[in-house]
Amino acid sequence: MADPVKLTIDGRQIQAPPGTLVIDAAKRAGIEIPAFCYYEGLSLQAACRMCLVEVEKAPKLMASCTLPVAEGMVVRTETPQVAQARKATLEFLLTNHPLDCPVCDKGGECELQDMVFRYGAGESRFTEVKHHVEEKQWSPVVFYDAPRCILCFRCVRICTEGMGVGALGIVNRGVLSEIAPNHGDHLECDECGMCIDICPVGALTSGAYRYKTRPWEMEHAGTICTHCSNGCKVTLGVRNHEIVRGNNRDHSGINGEFLCIKGRYAFDFFGHPERLQSPLMRIDGKLQEVPWSRALAAVAAKFQEVKGRGGKFGVIGSTRTTNEENYYLQKLARQGLGTNHIDHHRSGDLVTLIDALSGRPNASLATTADLYNAKAVLVVAADLASEQPFLSFQVRANYRHHQARIYVVTEKAVREDAYAAAVVRGGVDGVESLRERLAREPELAILFGASVKGEELRKLVEFGSSLSIPVKYVCLLDYSNSRGAIDMGLMPELLPGCRPSEQPGMTIPEMLACADLDVLWVIGANPLARGQLASANAFAVVQEMFLTETALAAQVVLPASSAYEKTGTVTNVTGEVQRLASPLRKMGTKPDLEIIGLIAKEMGLAPLMGPWDAGKVFDQIRQTAPGYNLPLPAIASGGAAQTAALNGRVAAPSRPELIQSAANGLFESGTLGRYSKILHSVLEGRGRT
Amino acid sequence: MLYNEPSPLEIKVLTRRFGLPNSAHIDTYLATDGYKALRKALEMTPKDIIEEVKVSNLRGRGGAGFPVGMKWSFVPRDSPKPKYIVVNADESEPGTCKDRLLMEFDPHQLIEGMLIGALAVDAHAGYIYIRGEYRYLIDILDKAIAEAYERGYLGRNILGTGFHFDAYTHTGAGAYECGEESALLESLEGKRGVPRIRPPFPAVVGAFQCPTILNNVESFCAVPPIIRDGGKAFADLGVPKAGGTKLTCLSGHINKPGVYELPLGFPVDKMIQEVGGGIRGGKKLKAFIPGGSSCPVLTAAECEGLTMDYDAMAARKTMLGSGGVVIMDQDTDMVKAALRIMRFYAHESCGWCIPCREGTAWLRKILQRFSDGLGVRGDINLIGELAKNMLGRTFCPLGDAAALPTISIVEKFRDEFEAYLTRQPPPSRAEEPLRVIA
Repeated sequence: MADPVKLTIDGRQIQAPPGTLVIDAAKRAGIEIPAFCYYEGLSLQAACRMCLVEVEKAPKLMASCTLPVAEGMVVRTETPQVAQARKATLEFLLTNHPLDCPVCDKGGECELQDMVFRYGAGESRFTEVKHHVEEKQWSPVVFYDAPRCILCFRCVRICTEGMGVGALGIVNRGVLSEIAPNHGDHLECDECGMCIDICPVGALTSGAYRYKTRPWEMEHAGTICTHCSNGCKVTLGVRNHEIVRGNNRDHSGINGEFLCIKGRYAFDFFGHPERLQSPLMRIDGKLQEVPWSRALAAVAAKFQEVKGRGGKFGVIGSTRTTNEENYYLQKLARQGLGTNHIDHHRSGDLVTLIDALSGRPNASLATTADLYNAKAVLVVAADLASEQPFLSFQVRANYRHHQARIYVVTEKAVREDAYAAAVVRGGVDGVESLRERLAREPELAILFGASVKGEELRKLVEFGSSLSIPVKYVCLLDYSNSRGAIDMGLMPELLPGCRPSEQPGMTIPEMLACADLDVLWVIGANPLARGQLASANAFAVVQEMFLTETALAAQVVLPASSAYEKTGTVTNVTGEVQRLASPLRKMGTKPDLEIIGLIAKEMGLAPLMGPWDAGKVFDQIRQTAPGYNLPLPAIASGGAAQTAALNGRVAAPSRPELIQSAANGLFESGTLGRYSKILHSVLEGRGRT
Repeated sequence: MLYNEPSPLEIKVLTRRFGLPNSAHIDTYLATDGYKALRKALEMTPKDIIEEVKVSNLRGRGGAGFPVGMKWSFVPRDSPKPKYIVVNADESEPGTCKDRLLMEFDPHQLIEGMLIGALAVDAHAGYIYIRGEYRYLIDILDKAIAEAYERGYLGRNILGTGFHFDAYTHTGAGAYECGEESALLESLEGKRGVPRIRPPFPAVVGAFQCPTILNNVESFCAVPPIIRDGGKAFADLGVPKAGGTKLTCLSGHINKPGVYELPLGFPVDKMIQEVGGGIRGGKKLKAFIPGGSSCPVLTAAECEGLTMDYDAMAARKTMLGSGGVVIMDQDTDMVKAALRIMRFYAHESCGWCIPCREGTAWLRKILQRFSDGLGVRGDINLIGELAKNMLGRTFCPLGDAAALPTISIVEKFRDEFEAYLTRQPPPSRAEEPLRVIA
């Protein structure tokens, strides 16, 4: 590391690494230099001219966003000349800005508003006719109001550089310049809404949020997105018991500013009119609304009866319920009902990976931060940009900021091809052709999709070890707590923490095929969408948000809360544990933890189960599940805690044949996706329904 | 056919072939010492070529006047990257029309200049970036390039020396901004023509991120005479710090408008009276733009004793610029002149940075309203203040180019603005209701 450069900003002696920009050096010293176009992590523009500062010996004001620090440099950021320049720039900006703040979505959290308040003039000398153009809609979720646009080009850059999409460009010249889609009049992109989020003013607005509320009328709840396995932090804006906005307002959490379309918009299943709000029981062959007490009593009585006569239970857990719920469920199943017939939808062969890594030096599991920092990344059999959007963003940022080498081995073309150091079209065997290049890398992070499982996965790990460099792995999974379902033992062969079960029970296909199954208990899953239940007399209990295929076949349906209405923790694809916040509750529903607890209570098993309090259950998890003895402050403060790596053989049969990824693209998300109007509207907009 | 009669006061160095029959043809060129400088340069070391250009005191003819030899010496010859030659033929400065003649009547001189530049920095490809409006010149240059290939002055193994160089023409799409060198490079690379952050300068990171010599057409055209006759001979034509001749484009209220090749340091008064044949209708000079509309305007009094030279102009707080001299006589309406200039810059602002994009548009609106007779007293100061708010704060020099003439006109001809306030608005305008103020 080169010696730091010494400089003076506003009379303060400051040290900064060579190459640091003056605007950054000032920020680190607590001196704010205002800027619109400067955005950390994106390319430099020097277009807004708000960051002009006085530099001793420079003939004119300098743009601090493109000026690297130099030894002995003397910078002044608060002189009358600088203040006058800022005021003048803001005055220029406001000439054609419509000043419709009272109706603008951005009003109250607008950077232009803040800047004018702090640095600008209250009155304008502009008395001419403003330049006006009509607002445009580019997609169901993206609107552009050109007059409000200050042309900072953040949207163009986040789309091109951050997302690797490049859907936005600039048209016209001078004061007529506008941002425009690169495909005619509409966007052909990920619809991630990053352009809207990054817009400092109200030029880009969200089709889902616009004109619904003022920012200060919302409650903001930071929770974890319930869609894919990446575990992005999302701030839900809640107003009148409705979710009106999703973004990552404070850029905290593992994902910083990133969110994809699902995290940003697909919260609308919460208020879907078909959401279940009352327990249902099959009476006279028809599902009819009943009170909670009656439904729970019926379930408990049936469970008690089947348990008493030693009948067969089948329990299917969810990939979206919390760790606490999953733990509580398997505890009730195993210790309360006495069954090991418990499973979940498996979407990645993590178990084989952990087993294969056992005892290998220089091999471990990667974190999301590793994907941003690794010197080289290998993507095998996965379309990251479509199925793992945040991991894709991390890898891309790693390439842009650290010049990481990206290697791709996939059957089909993927977005990573565009900046990959090498691309191999084909199956996992294709990694062999990269052997020499990979072995020259100082380290490697490997991400692999669901098709790499069982023996193939063991071969991949063997290949990784043969490179003789440190290798970290990510086993890609489908949903927000797919990882937690494995870790919490929602598997017939594994107890929490991948400890083998002494008497492995039935898997999902076996349960469905079991002709004398007495009870099928499904929590947040839809196995009957793909399979048939063989047992005609099975009593099916389903905890669900919607009348899915499985719920329709149930004897009792219990309306469950969504992840956005729960407390508890989830574990993302790379094993980071984060906490859910519960800003609201849909009337009539209960969180699955409570439902499981109430069933246990009705059965007289409350002493065994302990209270259905997420914190108390998490204490049990910390004590019993290896890897989960995590520091609580990190989680409680809204951060992520990395589960400890398991090391040791997993003495249980691997069942690669059960692994089937849903391969959800950007606009799909299992059952939740079916009930998201916004996801559908985007697909309809493209003529794909 | 030349566009204007030459003046006997001209010193014809760059324009010596103008008026010869078929002057653009390679045979004419070869018959008049053409490609002799190239043969000479092929036997010189790159260092010597640059040294000769330095001795000539040739300063950039595009407007900024940066010494050409020094610019060339900044190119890292040992860089492993390819180097490029780029000719700025995006002649867009209002009042300037010299490069088109150099390309129309003597295209081979430009090609030879490029070749010598290429030898100096070890470049093997060059681009002539021509403004979109000069479509007809593309044909002339393409023909000349084809002739040069045919005769072995371009392509592989030039004149049997093993040196190779390819020349291409590239047309702009009609943007003044693309005359700014870094915006030109963006446009050349097929991107939107907006300027780049500098440093790095094109000499180090230019076309396609490679070291690049980027000069004006006239600068390149001056190179063959410099190498052929020696840098000193060229330097001696001019003044101590600026050598050679400058193509001067006389326009406006003058009897004999046209392009004249005059030595640097030529007296302004003599230029107007003798070269240009005096002001039209025997009127008096009111305002003088020395080098394109970006330069601060001079009053008649300020032109007394002035010579056409970089330093002399700087001493009067203006610039020699591109050599686009505009003469305005005593009847010129300076408010309308300011409006005309600002309309140009507002139209040509690329929109990249806030002060220029918004400032030029705002000033255009004020000046339009003012010249329509709807001005108020506060406008006069406002015009000056807004121009000063742009000055030195924009991303590229276009903001300054718009601000400088405006500031000078408001300051030097303030009485004309004052007079507008008391003038009756023209009837058509007076009846129009005051436009909505938003």
